[in-house]
Amino acid sequence: MLAKCLRCVSFSAKSWYVLFAFLSFQTAFADGPQSTPSIFAPTSTPAHEIYDLSLFVLTITGAIFVVVAGLLAFVIFRYRQRGPDDITEPAQIYGSNQVELAWTVIPVLIVVVLFLTTARMIFAIQDAPPPKTALDVTVVGHQFWWEFNYPKLGIHAVNELHVPLSNTEAPTPTYLKLLSADVIHSFWVPQLAGKTDLLPNNVNGMWIDPLHTGMYVGQCAQFCGVQHAKMLLRVYVDTPEQFAAWVKNQQQPAVSDESVAAGRHVFETQSCMNCHTIQGTAATGRFGPDLTHLMSRDTLASGAMDNTKENLREWIRHPDTFKEGALMPAMQLNDQQLDQVTAYLATLK
Amino acid sequence: MADSTYPIPGSVEAAPRRWSQADILAWLNSWVTTVDHKKLGILYMLYAIFFLLVGGAEAIAIRIQLIQPNMHFISPQVFNRLFTMHGTTMVFLVGMTYIFGFANYLIPLMIGARDMAFPRLNAFSFWMTFFGGLLLYYSFIGGGGLFGAGNAPDTMWWAYAPLTERAFSPGHAPDYWALSLIVTGFGTIGASVNVIATAFCMRCKGMTVMRLPLLVWINVVASGLALITITPLTAAQIMLLIDRYLGGHFFDTQAGGSAMIWAHFFWIFGHPEVYVLVLPAFAIASEVIPVFSRKAIFGYPVMVAASVGIAFVSLGVWAHHMFTIGMTSVGNAFFVLSTMLVGIPTSMKIFNWLATMWGGKIRFATPMLFCTAFVVQFLLAGLTGIMLSIAPWNWQLHNSYFVIAHFHYILVGAIVFCIFGGIYYWYPKVTGRMLSEKLGKWHFWLFFIGFHVTFDIMHIPGLLGMPRSIYTYEANRGWGTLNMIVSIGGLIQAIAVLIFAVNLIWSYFKGKEAGNDPWDAWTLEWSTPSPPPAYNFATDPVATSRRPLWDLKHPDDPDWKYE
Amino acid sequence: MSTVAVAHAEAEQPWVLPSKGRVAMFCLIIAESAIFTIFVVAYVYNIGRSLYGPTPSQVLDIPLFNTVCLLSSSLTIWLAERAIEHGKVKVFGLWWALTWVLGAIFLVGTGVEWYKLIYHDGLTISTNLFGTTFYSLVGLHASHVILGLTALLIVLLFTITGHVRQEHAERIQVLALYWHFVDAVWIIVFTVVYIIGR
Repeated sequence: MLAKCLRCVSFSAKSWYVLFAFLSFQTAFADGPQSTPSIFAPTSTPAHEIYDLSLFVLTITGAIFVVVAGLLAFVIFRYRQRGPDDITEPAQIYGSNQVELAWTVIPVLIVVVLFLTTARMIFAIQDAPPPKTALDVTVVGHQFWWEFNYPKLGIHAVNELHVPLSNTEAPTPTYLKLLSADVIHSFWVPQLAGKTDLLPNNVNGMWIDPLHTGMYVGQCAQFCGVQHAKMLLRVYVDTPEQFAAWVKNQQQPAVSDESVAAGRHVFETQSCMNCHTIQGTAATGRFGPDLTHLMSRDTLASGAMDNTKENLREWIRHPDTFKEGALMPAMQLNDQQLDQVTAYLATLK
Repeated sequence: MADSTYPIPGSVEAAPRRWSQADILAWLNSWVTTVDHKKLGILYMLYAIFFLLVGGAEAIAIRIQLIQPNMHFISPQVFNRLFTMHGTTMVFLVGMTYIFGFANYLIPLMIGARDMAFPRLNAFSFWMTFFGGLLLYYSFIGGGGLFGAGNAPDTMWWAYAPLTERAFSPGHAPDYWALSLIVTGFGTIGASVNVIATAFCMRCKGMTVMRLPLLVWINVVASGLALITITPLTAAQIMLLIDRYLGGHFFDTQAGGSAMIWAHFFWIFGHPEVYVLVLPAFAIASEVIPVFSRKAIFGYPVMVAASVGIAFVSLGVWAHHMFTIGMTSVGNAFFVLSTMLVGIPTSMKIFNWLATMWGGKIRFATPMLFCTAFVVQFLLAGLTGIMLSIAPWNWQLHNSYFVIAHFHYILVGAIVFCIFGGIYYWYPKVTGRMLSEKLGKWHFWLFFIGFHVTFDIMHIPGLLGMPRSIYTYEANRGWGTLNMIVSIGGLIQAIAVLIFAVNLIWSYFKGKEAGNDPWDAWTLEWSTPSPPPAYNFATDPVATSRRPLWDLKHPDDPDWKYE
Repeated sequence: MSTVAVAHAEAEQPWVLPSKGRVAMFCLIIAESAIFTIFVVAYVYNIGRSLYGPTPSQVLDIPLFNTVCLLSSSLTIWLAERAIEHGKVKVFGLWWALTWVLGAIFLVGTGVEWYKLIYHDGLTISTNLFGTTFYSLVGLHASHVILGLTALLIVLLFTITGHVRQEHAERIQVLALYWHFVDAVWIIVFTVVYIIGR
């Protein structure tokens, strides 16, 4: 009987460890070019700290589970009715003050430990003062895309955030100021940091301190309307050289290629300018994304599809093909206009 | 000379009369105009079970859409309406109604009274709730029509502003949401007032407040909490309607209004609300577990104090739903502490149930199967709740599938399991017939397996970065297989619930006769015939202890010697 | 049968239970307090946050007369309660009618104040945050005054037609409790809107 219970308990304990291993190496099991934003694969300081705290908490809660569930398993086996003739009533125990005290005091102690550890980390992450080497980015959430402004560098990026690599000796974190142009959104790239919400009239802040280069995925994590699901995020952690090159490119005005003048004319006369900006032209609309460096991005429509000419043409023709309910209207262009304007936009590197 | 038309005294009627139209109308009328707490309790439960099936159907549609990435089973607009309606239905039309179903039926019987304190208020409250639900579902045929899911609410069951403001939700979806819940809110207030007044003012002789069955006590606490917590939601909804229709600026950020304040008001309602939902599940377990362990509940005064403690502390934890919204670090730390503190009286209850079973002689009939599973599942849910209370970790887990898994562990794993356990336990009293044990065990095991397949696995996509409220997800995020497993578990649960529905109907006609006290239990409702007559008790009972029937059955060892 | 064995000691003590009307009214008051709390919190939070439009100090005059009337009506209703307790139905009727009149004066006064604010000062519920929160909070209170006056009027009519007797004292006290609550809420609303917020 006891052996059965012990086996049951040790099985549940072992399965926790298997689960940890599974989660930590999840990337090896999933399909496709891997972009699994696992919170157990942190690559940035705040995410690392949260990961360490989570292991500590998991250990404590795991131990509580093993003990209490083990006791329950024991009770179920040991004190079950032994057959339909076993009908004498057991001894009636009404309570015990000592026992009640014991199982109040122990949880209180656990709470004290957990609270103190947690509070310390809240202050460490939330109130961390930005070092002088920090990069400042203002993030503005829109329905359903992201605007990234680098005020000191004069850059207006869209949907794909580039940040420089940091390191533990001389950190160069990126501090994000979070705002919204409409409803509440939430910036979540699990491998880099916990999420923080973007509110329309309340400036929030967060920071990331990426320690490995690469591309990290995330998405909006606060329901913001019909296409909340496709408000995806990409953060590119670049080496200092890569980052400098990217910045230099983003600071240029739009490429002006005479061979696509017809397309540019379509763009300027078909009310695209009302919503979009192209630096160095007359287009200064702010409602939609800045298209100056459209071709420097890997995806379109905030991660909804890959950035190819075919996808771009179809998007302009009928946005609902990719993102039903997106706020860009179908512009009712004919085939010739579509070809021309796509050719024009394809030059905006 | 015996005339064949005269009934012979003592003989059986020759043939049962066929029901005429007048009989059917009279029968319907007796249900529609009833003020009898038993009939109203049954109406509440039928309502709850009906909407459990409807909400479940909505969930199945959601799970089919999410079974693989980039499915086109339903459009994004329909998906958003379905998950909003699923949440709203389950919380308000199932959660808030099962509470009053059990409370209305059982409280007068358990305290030796003939009805609730205010029978007509009871009927009023039920019908307000009924029509509120009808208004909510009427939304499906508004707007663009049924196949686009009409004008059903589509902004999540929390309806965050400013998404619900006119500017971002020009249709009528938020209006249906706000109005129907204001209507059901009146019903909830009326029913809560009734429960409290009944428990304090209608007790039979000898039934002191500390001899009330735990079900009564816990429902009183839940009702008191409901009084304090439902009206903040009503207030917020009135503010939303003022914004939408009278040009108000409560949540209008362009005019200086606040987006955060809706979240605060909503969760000031929302968090105590989940305790209002779960406390009556504790109440059911606290009746079932002692009877099937053959022991009195361990630590009755502590259980009462813990319930009151939970209610009080739960009023101060609401912002743990808002750790990411941008409160100060001190604010966040405060809510971490208060949330952990509410875990203490809750864990005490688990230990008390365990101690009740310890040293007992446990009979695993279907009600006890459900309540035992409840204890384990509630323990797990509490532990994932502790994980979520850790604010920095919450910054990762908030709004992810981990949270959905956690709260479904409570809503299904604790509450629905206890509802099933309670129905198996009291169905014999209500109908006079036992539910089939065989079907019951099929129901239990299928539901248990389906529940764990779905909700154990569901934690993992959350840990792998999958947010909630999304109608589809990218194929390369590694979430596909996990979602498929989750969906399959949902289908298993659906089959189990269908078996339950079959059991309910079949047993009504063919179930074994129950008699007064099929479970050998100890509270006053088991001293009446099954089903009880309209007047409940022929003579007013007198309570001698917390378990009046134990004292009757064990005159040599009565409870009042030890209390 | 459902008779249960009686413990001897308890048979002698009288079995006293609280009055269900009073318990129910307390519960209702708790629920109503919660809704008023939220509107008060919204008002206080939004003090000074209007970006444009009239401010409280510009347009609000302290409604002293109205307040005195409403608070005196608590006194008159208390006197009415004492009268019916002692079976003096005519006296009760007079105090009750006076209560109603004082409440009605308060309501009319509120209407006059709102007329001035809307037509002379241009402050409506949609003007700015102050307008929204002011009319919502004061309006919520006024709607409860209307409900109270309706209930008081019904009792007054029953009194005039001779249906109210001394045995109804308990029920009348329950209704009076509601009226006292409405007055207490006004004290808070008055303090928040006309003193703190101005």
